[in-house]
Amino acid sequence: MTDILNAFILLSNFVLIPAIAYGSQLALGALGITLIYGILRFSNFAHGDTMAFGTMFVILFTWWFQSMGINLGPLPTALLALPFGIACCIGFVLITDRTVYKFYRKQKAAPVIYVIASVGVMFVMNGLVRFVIGPNDQRFADGERFIIKAREFKQMTGLSEGMSIKVSQGLTLVTAVLVVIALFWFLNKTRTGKSMRAYSDNEDLALLSGIDPDKVVRVTWILAAVLATIAGTLYGLDKSFKPFTYFQLLLPMFAAAIVGGLGSPVGAIAGGFVIAFSEIMITYPYKKFIAYIGPDGWTPNGLMQLLATDYKFAVSFIILLVVLLFKPTGLFAGKSV
Amino acid sequence: MIKQNKNIRYFGIMALLLIIVGVFQSWNVSLSILNLCLISAIMALGVNMQWGYAGLFNVGIMGFAALGGLAAVLIAQPAVQPAWQAAGTGLWLGLGIFIATVIVATVLYRKLPKSLFRMALVTFVSILGYILLRIYFDPVTHAIEKVEPAKTGYLGGLGLPVLLAWPVGGALAGAVAWVIGKITLGLRSDYLAIATLGISEIIVAVLKHEDWMSRGVKNVVGLPRPVPYETNLQASEWFQTLAASLGADVVGFSSIFVKLCYAGLFAVVLILFLYLSEKALKSPWGRMMRAIRDNEVSANAMGKNVTARHLQVFVLGSVVIGVAGAMLTTLDGQLTPSSYQPLRFTFLIWVMVIVGGSGNNMGAVLGGFIIWFFWIEAEPMGLWLMNLITSGMDTDSDLRAHLIDSAAHMRLITMGMILLLALRFRPRGLLPER
Repeated sequence: MTDILNAFILLSNFVLIPAIAYGSQLALGALGITLIYGILRFSNFAHGDTMAFGTMFVILFTWWFQSMGINLGPLPTALLALPFGIACCIGFVLITDRTVYKFYRKQKAAPVIYVIASVGVMFVMNGLVRFVIGPNDQRFADGERFIIKAREFKQMTGLSEGMSIKVSQGLTLVTAVLVVIALFWFLNKTRTGKSMRAYSDNEDLALLSGIDPDKVVRVTWILAAVLATIAGTLYGLDKSFKPFTYFQLLLPMFAAAIVGGLGSPVGAIAGGFVIAFSEIMITYPYKKFIAYIGPDGWTPNGLMQLLATDYKFAVSFIILLVVLLFKPTGLFAGKSV
Repeated sequence: MIKQNKNIRYFGIMALLLIIVGVFQSWNVSLSILNLCLISAIMALGVNMQWGYAGLFNVGIMGFAALGGLAAVLIAQPAVQPAWQAAGTGLWLGLGIFIATVIVATVLYRKLPKSLFRMALVTFVSILGYILLRIYFDPVTHAIEKVEPAKTGYLGGLGLPVLLAWPVGGALAGAVAWVIGKITLGLRSDYLAIATLGISEIIVAVLKHEDWMSRGVKNVVGLPRPVPYETNLQASEWFQTLAASLGADVVGFSSIFVKLCYAGLFAVVLILFLYLSEKALKSPWGRMMRAIRDNEVSANAMGKNVTARHLQVFVLGSVVIGVAGAMLTTLDGQLTPSSYQPLRFTFLIWVMVIVGGSGNNMGAVLGGFIIWFFWIEAEPMGLWLMNLITSGMDTDSDLRAHLIDSAAHMRLITMGMILLLALRFRPRGLLPER
């Protein structure tokens, strides 16, 4: 019995909890992508770097607050800096919309032109981030590190496996839930949110009924920037901030948005968790787990890892291909062609 | 006629720039730039086929170029006999399992009617094959990687002439492109972009981590060359007399001579591809491709199979990129998987195509030359600019040090700006499509 409990705790500690945190971060990122896709109808390649860009401002403000001795006690100071970071990110994103995308909207350019333009924006943002904060790892988490420490958990339960929950993980889940509730309330209950959904469903009809397209587009960018900055900051608190990692997050986020169905917010959340759980479950070495649930005194020889961690991006890629092969509209029937 | 003049003018300016670098910096630098310009031009040609002819957005150029690089190792490096012995029959068994899995899964997928059962069966076969592969193949890779890890630790290649790697690299890239294209073409255009982005990251990850095949981050160095080595040249009599008759010193001239040899080889490939692309673009096939690009619906109504044509041109373009990737690795003489950065290999090539003129082969070539030239020269220029801007500041101010350190990242911003500006104000490029 204790073996089974131990096995369960082991799995919770290394798979379940990290996957929930990572899944929430991906879901927030994918929500931004899916919103942009639903309203502006292109895949925004700059989204990963928008995350990095917003997070960079959060880090700068965090450092500034820390230097002035302001902090939130057990919670990371970054939480206090978050609104300022979001504001900077919104500002920049709105400028890029004005200077870059608006022109193509007027022209009614093909989606692929937007995608190329977003690649250009990605370059510029990536360059700015590297220019200001450098290409290296930055840690900006402070306050308490753990909600439950592995050792305390062991003492408490008397099991040989410990379970730890980091503050950043708890914070991620709470923030993600609050943000998602707020977002759905906004999309379903407010006038602006409803007009956004109408615009996404049928652009011409929405325009005919007097919806202001500029406002819809503006609100979409603002929401995307808010979501990206929050997702980026949570990811940075949980792991660490490195511009290139954020660029690489683009693939799992796209995969999450497509798995759920592009343009569908519920789908983006589901997709985020599907990708996160598959990625972590497939790259986790099950050796110890099998030793617990297997016959007594027997341990497998290898690591029992389905795929090396180096290939974690392959997981989201393969899921992406499978979805495109079998159900191109995604789980929640978004827009496909 | 006017078009011809424009071509001549732009390429004349380009030649002049290279000559200026040759005179003021050194001929060695100038020729290194020229060689990479030629390779970049070939890559840009490949991308231009996909984007300019057909409007396909490939964000995985890096991956296809890396496959070309892998081909150079697999073809040209001498085989590591002890590693082959260590691998034994396990290698063939692994290969057999892999091929069998692919065949069984494909046959099942083709023969069975579309149903949940088929999906489950195909998934089961794939997973079973993968697990068997891991069980039988993992010990083999360990054995291979244990053979003198500091020097070899990989299988090596076939020991064939390195020039053969160029077409093989193209074939490898084409094969991967076929799989990706088969799945994503016919769906939304964005999907191809996302899928190519993914596959290129995965290809580079494979090169970095599959040590038994590519030595991973330990790099494969000392690839055989298609041209003579400097030291051999310096020792040979005819070369010494040639250098003497030109009044150059033997050592310096030998490295210039080697670079000239490379330039000659690359130029031949470039001209060949350029000739073929021009021929193709002017043929009925090229007109059909452009018709499809400009209006897929009407082309479809005319009975053209849009998806099949897209797949065809996507594979062709990737083959060209693969060849260029193999050429690049040949020029470097080494495969360094960590050097494959999306910025350098994917997005830079895109800037070349957009700036040069999408749809026009000469434009793509010109873009390759110009952008590569400025990419290389932007670093000294950026540093110079930063020094100028910060010259008024205190010499030991932190901000100044930071700005000068970060000058390298200016390249990214500059390239992004060039891409955005070209797309906005000169969407047809320097040499527009005729």
